[in-house]
Amino acid sequence: MEGAALLGRLTWQLADVVDIVPETAGVKTLALDVPEWPGHRAGQHVDVRLTAEDGYQAERSYSIGSAPNGTRVELTVERLDDGEVSPYLTEELRPGDRLELRGPVGGYFVWEPAVGGPVLLVGGGSGVVPLMAMIRERAAAGSDVDMRLLLSSRTLDDVIYRDELERLAGSGLTVTQTLTRSQPTGWAGYARRVDAEMLAEVSPGAEDRPHVYVCGPTPFVEAVATALVSLGHEPDRIKTERFGPTGG
Amino acid sequence: MSFVSRGFRRRRPDADPSRVPPGQYVTTDYPVLSAGPTPHTSPEEWSFAIDGEVAEARSWTWDEFRALPSEEVTVDIHCVTKWSKLDTVWRGVSVDTLLDGVDTSAEHSTQYSDGGYTTNLPLADVTGGKAWVVYEYDGEPLEPEHGGPARMLVPHLYFWKSAKWIRGLRLQLEDEPGFWETNGYNNHGDPWKEQRYWGD
Amino acid sequence: MDALMLDGNAVAGLLHEAFGAEMTTATGTCDACGASQQIGAVHVFRGAGVVLRCHRCESILAKIVVRRGQACVDLRGLRALVALQGTSEA
Repeated sequence: MEGAALLGRLTWQLADVVDIVPETAGVKTLALDVPEWPGHRAGQHVDVRLTAEDGYQAERSYSIGSAPNGTRVELTVERLDDGEVSPYLTEELRPGDRLELRGPVGGYFVWEPAVGGPVLLVGGGSGVVPLMAMIRERAAAGSDVDMRLLLSSRTLDDVIYRDELERLAGSGLTVTQTLTRSQPTGWAGYARRVDAEMLAEVSPGAEDRPHVYVCGPTPFVEAVATALVSLGHEPDRIKTERFGPTGG
Repeated sequence: MSFVSRGFRRRRPDADPSRVPPGQYVTTDYPVLSAGPTPHTSPEEWSFAIDGEVAEARSWTWDEFRALPSEEVTVDIHCVTKWSKLDTVWRGVSVDTLLDGVDTSAEHSTQYSDGGYTTNLPLADVTGGKAWVVYEYDGEPLEPEHGGPARMLVPHLYFWKSAKWIRGLRLQLEDEPGFWETNGYNNHGDPWKEQRYWGD
Repeated sequence: MDALMLDGNAVAGLLHEAFGAEMTTATGTCDACGASQQIGAVHVFRGAGVVLRCHRCESILAKIVVRRGQACVDLRGLRALVALQGTSEA
């Protein structure tokens, strides 16, 4: 039911860290069990809060990468070198620890099968996380909606969810990649930053009025959204999730 | 606050605790906070004015401003969002220099900036060697994201009382709460008394 | 374009706490230019507090300051704010 407002207070909850799984060199997925989890929709995120012994607190938002699944919530986190929270989540946190979070939030940037298609997902780096929740939700629901992912990463080793994307491609899901920094020999995908020409080749036509979701660092999202509008896509059909200057 | 995240600690630089106001945490980086898009005003477009309750308003172009006597100051700054940065080095013109010879019965002032930001202060809080209009940070021209071409520097109060992208100081008979003072932040903002919000 | 800018969606948690409901799908009308937009799509800046700006004209729609567990909200920049009534369904 698009746009339904969730009444009631949003409270901080304690999640149990069940598992921590490396995705790429700098990226890990935190598998959490959240006892009071009300369920979520693909594309939503949580706010995570860390508290130190001296009372200092730091709060950040992380997209949920998993499709709805009971009390299980997976966050895929990229370690930022000068970050305050991501180094803790990717290097210190371990199974058995607890993590304080609030959510799910963000009813605006969601997709579920009832929304329909065609769908264009454009992700930059860790911007793929909420888009992956949508892809996984589509697979879990057995939907055959025309969904296309265009994913920009620096190198092949930086592609998050690489194997799973390869496996899920097909039955209406198209995965196209561009590697902006270096490509392996024999690379058949794109080898440059996302631009209007690439989007024109990958995207459903503007006349098909696709639902578009763009996620990643702010400059990436800005460039992609501008290019899509120049190709004739309606601004209202383009939903963006900017991660800020450096990323999630 | 009962839950503590196991093993979470800040990279905390050594700091003399007497220099850190209550509830603040010292940082070595320089977080950028902004209420809106970064203005990009060129020196040619820039001017600074003293106006309002004065017999004669005065203003300076960039070149005129740069010709005024300036000084290098090293101060600690405290942001209401809890970070403090010690020993920051700036160069600029003392507000006392800018107000020299200005005849006014005003006791209040409002700093106003490109982009529409305002913050209010008693005149007594920007005079007597307490405030500067600065255009260099750490020996380099002040960058737009940190408030350049010039910003106000009033280090004895929380840093929201030091307007970025400053264009003028309006002298007033009445106190006029500014951008944040009208929406929950304390009218005065003394970090040593932890005057962060209304009612503190 | 400002690299610091976020979408309204980024402060969904803050908005939910302030209003007691999911607000990113609510529609706001900018008092300055009349543009209508979902709150999830507005431009967000983090200063001493949070500022929501119109995605078309960048005028301020709302300011939010969290003051010791309470939200102080200035909504003067919104001519209208329309939120759907909630249901008990999650």
